[in-house]
Amino acid sequence: MCTWIVEHTTVSGSAKGPAGWFHLNQANVYFDHPYHAPLDHALIIDFVETPDEVGNRVAVELTEESARRLVDSILAALESGEAGHPVRLEVPAAIA
Amino acid sequence: MTYRSMIAEEIFYRGHEGDQVQAYVARPLGDGPFGSVIVIHHMPGWDAGIMEIARKIADQGYLTIAPNLYTRFGTGDPDEVAAVARAAGGTPDATFVGDTAGAIDYLRLMPTSNGKVGIIGFCSGGRHAVLAASSLDNLDAAVDCWGGLVIASEEQLDENHPVAPFDMTANLASPLLGIFGNDDASPTPEQVNQHEEALKQHGKTYKFNRYDGAGHGFFSVNRPGYRAAQATTAWVEVFKWYDRYLSA
Repeated sequence: MCTWIVEHTTVSGSAKGPAGWFHLNQANVYFDHPYHAPLDHALIIDFVETPDEVGNRVAVELTEESARRLVDSILAALESGEAGHPVRLEVPAAIA
Repeated sequence: MTYRSMIAEEIFYRGHEGDQVQAYVARPLGDGPFGSVIVIHHMPGWDAGIMEIARKIADQGYLTIAPNLYTRFGTGDPDEVAAVARAAGGTPDATFVGDTAGAIDYLRLMPTSNGKVGIIGFCSGGRHAVLAASSLDNLDAAVDCWGGLVIASEEQLDENHPVAPFDMTANLASPLLGIFGNDDASPTPEQVNQHEEALKQHGKTYKFNRYDGAGHGFFSVNRPGYRAAQATTAWVEVFKWYDRYLSA
């Protein structure tokens, strides 16, 4: 594929990278040749705090099938979590 | 019998607007004179695969340089740099063309150069090879390996990539070899045909080789899409092309 088209989405929370935990601001999502996984194409997600900072990210390269399973799992977990925790807590400003 | 030897190392050279560009140079030892090839990486960046290809071409008797097109985003781990570069939309076409012009100068100044310089690129690098051969008038041969977005819609163009190489066909200034898998979706066989028709109409020197049973990136030995028979045959064609146009 080799496209420069990347989906950017803002995210809030934390991730743990090589240098420890960091605050998350953005996820970059694309479907293209992976760097490491032995696949022709992969669904790639880079979780970052600062988009133009090199080296501080959490990266995943997933097969298309596993990426879709992950989406389903995230939605299922959110649904059961909402059912089990019906009262929404206010999100602290520090990670909002 | 010739003693077979090469040197491969990281260097910096002057690229677009005089910027220092990181690059991997692999070249045969010996007096030459040798033809030269610029090796352009794919979107995931300046990885081990592109360096292997540079050494493969050097082993056949060519001076090679593989510029890190993401140099301006950093010179650390290539995968980390590529992640930032991709998020930023990749390298602007104008920067790439300037970096390629610098690479041509670098190679021509090497004491064992015969003065002839070609280019090869893979995936997005295939598009880059066509772009360079259509923007610069001092390349002697180009090889496009399944370049995606050589033909692009308005929606696929942006500030960094304002013109599709296909729309520059009239300016193509070097012989072009195309290597394509018939199962590829980018470019599709229909796009390859469309590109070929334009090359014919403009009277350009070209050869398009299409391979059945192969898709995108079928030279990549570390991916499921590798096709040994097709890749082996196609590499022979690549070296025939360079032997024809880059020999002294």
